[in-house]
This record gives sequence, C-alpha cells and structure tokens, in this order.
Amino acid sequence: MGADTIWIIGSNMTRFGKHPDKDVVDLAAEASREALKDAGISLSEVGVLGVGNLMNAGAGIGQQLQKQIGQTGIPVFNVSNACATGATALRVAVMAVKAGETDVGMAVGVEKLAGAGLLGQRGPKPESETWQPSGRVGALSSTEGRIGTSIMPGVFAQVGMEYGHKYGGTSFELFAKISEKNHSHSTLNPLAAYQKRFTLEEIMNDVMIAYPNTRPMCSGNCDGAAAMIVVSDEKMKSMSLEVQKRAVKISASVLTSDPYVDGCQILPDVNTLTRNAAAQAYEQAGIGPEDLDLVELHDCFATAELVHYDNLMLCEEGGAVDFFESGAPWRDGAKPVNVSGGLQSKGHPIAATGIANIHEIVMHLRGEAGDRQIEGARVGLAHVIGLGSACGVHILEKVA
Amino acid sequence: MSEAQEKQTTETSKKIPFVDYLILDDPPYLQAQECTSCDARYFDRRNACASCFEDQFRPVAIDREGIVTSFSIVQMGPIPYVSAVVDCGGTSVKCTIMNVEPSPEHVNLGMEVKLMTYSMGQDSEGTEAIAFGFEPI
Ligand SMILES: [Zn+2]
Repeated sequence: MGADTIWIIGSNMTRFGKHPDKDVVDLAAEASREALKDAGISLSEVGVLGVGNLMNAGAGIGQQLQKQIGQTGIPVFNVSNACATGATALRVAVMAVKAGETDVGMAVGVEKLAGAGLLGQRGPKPESETWQPSGRVGALSSTEGRIGTSIMPGVFAQVGMEYGHKYGGTSFELFAKISEKNHSHSTLNPLAAYQKRFTLEEIMNDVMIAYPNTRPMCSGNCDGAAAMIVVSDEKMKSMSLEVQKRAVKISASVLTSDPYVDGCQILPDVNTLTRNAAAQAYEQAGIGPEDLDLVELHDCFATAELVHYDNLMLCEEGGAVDFFESGAPWRDGAKPVNVSGGLQSKGHPIAATGIANIHEIVMHLRGEAGDRQIEGARVGLAHVIGLGSACGVHILEKVA
Repeated sequence: MSEAQEKQTTETSKKIPFVDYLILDDPPYLQAQECTSCDARYFDRRNACASCFEDQFRPVAIDREGIVTSFSIVQMGPIPYVSAVVDCGGTSVKCTIMNVEPSPEHVNLGMEVKLMTYSMGQDSEGTEAIAFGFEPI
C-alpha cells in the first residue's frame, strides 16, 4: 500500500556560514535532531534515511550520523548528485514513503565548504617530459583555459550570456541588479551566511570572477545542514492537531537529468531539464506558475537566476528580462523569488542547499518566516540544479 | 588516438594536436564524429550516441568560421581569458577566443570569429604541440 499524499511535518536548517568548531556530522546531527523535535516524533519512528553530502561522498555520512544520534538499523541511502544532492536525498525519503515501505522518512543534507574557494577549479596536470594524450579527447594537458572553461563561474556566466544572445536585453548591469535584489532580501534572514546589503555600484565594482559575474554575484561556499521529516497521509492524520496544523503538503516532487539536445555536451544545458522538471511538477500538483506565492530558485550565480525565471515558466518564453525589470521577483513584487537571500547571500553548502530551499518555503507556508514572511503564502516552489546535470523541483502547499 | 591523428603523427612526426579532434591539415580544422543514424555531433571518444543510442559515427569537418553565441571573461587566474561557445555552421564548439583584449569592450555576442592554431611548445623529444582557438575576423 503506497501513500498518495506526502507531508512535511518537521523541518530545520542550521545557520549557514562558518562553523569552525563543528564537523560534518555535528552539523547533520543538529539539523536532524531539530527536525525531529519540530515534528514531535522520535528517531525510532523513522523508517528510511536519505543523506546527502558531496565532499565526502564515499564516507557513509548517513551511518556516521546514526552513530551519533541513534542506530536503529533502518536503510540508509547516502546520495551524491552535485548541487541537487539535498533534493535527491529528499526524493529518496519521499519515494520510500510513497512506495509504502515506511510511514516516516528523514532527509538530511550537509556540507562543510567554508574556505574551500571556488569549486571545480583544477590545477594544471603535472607536465611530463613528453606530450601524453589522455582522456576522451586525447588532450595533451588540462583543457581549462586552453579550450574555454569548465569552471562553474564561467559556465554559468555563459548560460546567462547565451540567454542574452537568444533573446536580447541582458547586460552586466541587469545581472548585477538581480544580485542586488537577493542581497537586499538577505538582510531579513538571520540564518543567511551574509546579511549585507550591497548597492548596485558596489556589486558592479567588486572583483570580477567571470564576466559578467563579480564576487557578490556568485554563491558563497559555506558550512551548513538542513533536514526534513516526511510522512504518509495516514501517519499525519494519526498525529496531534498541533502537528497537523503545521504540516505542509508536498504537492509535487520531481527529479530530472539533462536530456540530449544539440550542443548540450559543449555548454551544459541547464534549461531543458529545469523546464521538464517544472512542467512535471505543475502537472503533478495540478497548479500553474500563476498560483505560486513564492519561489526559491537556484541562483548559484546571478546569471543563472535570470534563465530560471523562464525555465520555471514564471514568465513568457524569452521574457525573463522583462519579468525582472517589472519588479516581480522582489519580495514586495508579484512573484517573490529568493526571499531567503538566495545562494548568493544565504550561502551554498552544496548538499544542504536542496533541502534548505524547501525549508524556506515551509517556513513561509506555516507563517513562521518572521520578518521576511510573505503574508498569506499558501503555495511555493523550490528548485535546485546541479551541473552534470540534475534538477529537483518541489511544490509545497499549505492545506490545513 | 584517432586514425586521423595517427596518420598525421607519422607523416609529420614533429607536430601533434592538443586534442584528437584538431586535424593538422592545411588548413587545420576541427573534426566531429557524426552519428550516422541521427546526425548528432560529438568531439569526444564515444561509446554510443546520447541522442539515439546507435553506435556508428562518421568523421565530419567543422566550418572554420562561426559566430560567438556565448562567452565569459574568466578572471580567476593570473591571466584573464575569454571562454566562448562558437556556432560553426550549426555545430557548437567550445573554445578560447585568442588575439583579443579580454574585456567586455572587445568581445561581443554575435561576433564573427575564425579558427586559428598556435604552438604550445616542444617536449623533450622535440615534438611540437599545436593548440587551437578562435580569433576575430
Ligand atoms: Zn544518434
């Protein structure tokens, strides 16, 4: 007997930022135990554990976590799926509950990245005495810089520039304004790694990382964890009224990879899989983008946020620039996007990100988002994308 | 190593391309592997076609000129460089734009560029490696 409806009854994220006194397991334990407390259940009731961590993907962080907070013998799925790792861990828990294997699932995403520098940056291979072709293109040395870039800031810069080439209207200033919005939003989020407001001039005059993205337009590496408890409909109805009142319905839970399109092995196509995930999610939830009260999307770089307005169908195809210029994605606009401050200010502890963005939606739907509460929010969408690629889209609704 | 590369290595013996898909002919060109079933084009060693799953490919020469459809000026190292995607007659190519000032005033979307090659130097046996880039027309 599978469950048709899945509910989030417990949710937590640690403060994102530097946690020099805590290791990965400390952070995971903090988020997990707080999420259990939030749900009002014991670890003994949890039947499946999905744990996402990218930097120690082979280390069995799930079992290490159990060794610290409780070894109950339940199945653990340690997952690694680039920046969609957290969403993937949640998908595992949701699928297990949906399949009827258990009534209660827990998902945890955790990462320690503070001081890691920009990711994906590889040093040159040591030069040998003679040229040695290696790899799938028989390259004589690292292709980085020699044949364009594969490093995230440059790749996502090109993603935004490609949109500009296709539809027009983009500029360095436009992308910087998107960053200005998110940094402005972050001032209301006490869990954000950076809560500093930047003027447009400050953003544009900061250190250029990969044109058109300056440093504040890039997501910040930091430490953090997020955890979530999901249950079946039956389980939810057996719980106290207090828990039921705060429960948030997962109306859609979707994970996609990038389907083949022309040129996708040259510049990663982050668009098609996001559009596919969004379409599937809207279909599953039986709602459309017009119904969303807020959106948390994967703004790993300011250039990426722009294309996802379009991919998530928050605007007409090709209309992302107009959508932004209309003021819609500001927190007082028609379609608030990244009121948490987004990855650019909240920070991006990779595997935690895909659960933390859902946590943000949960807080608003419960009416517990404090100063940054979007009043009366009832429907929200959370999106993550990991290069490679994997995309997670979740739509949540307040029903009770 | 591709057949084409083996051939040119033995013929010229002193010059080898930076990557298999750069063919050091006169003039040099980039060579894609085209799926005989669906025409999808790839530059890497293939197990099968990601689009139609078939496994037969034919070599095709890529246009030596194209337009920049996306770029970034990467400034994370000591030397800034222009990473770009160039549309060469319908085939996307990833490259570094050479012989241009790495600043937004000098690189544009839609800019016309052409293939160029340059020496990466010689190894201890005197073999010269030749890399490619694109440069403004
Ligand atoms: Zn094919």
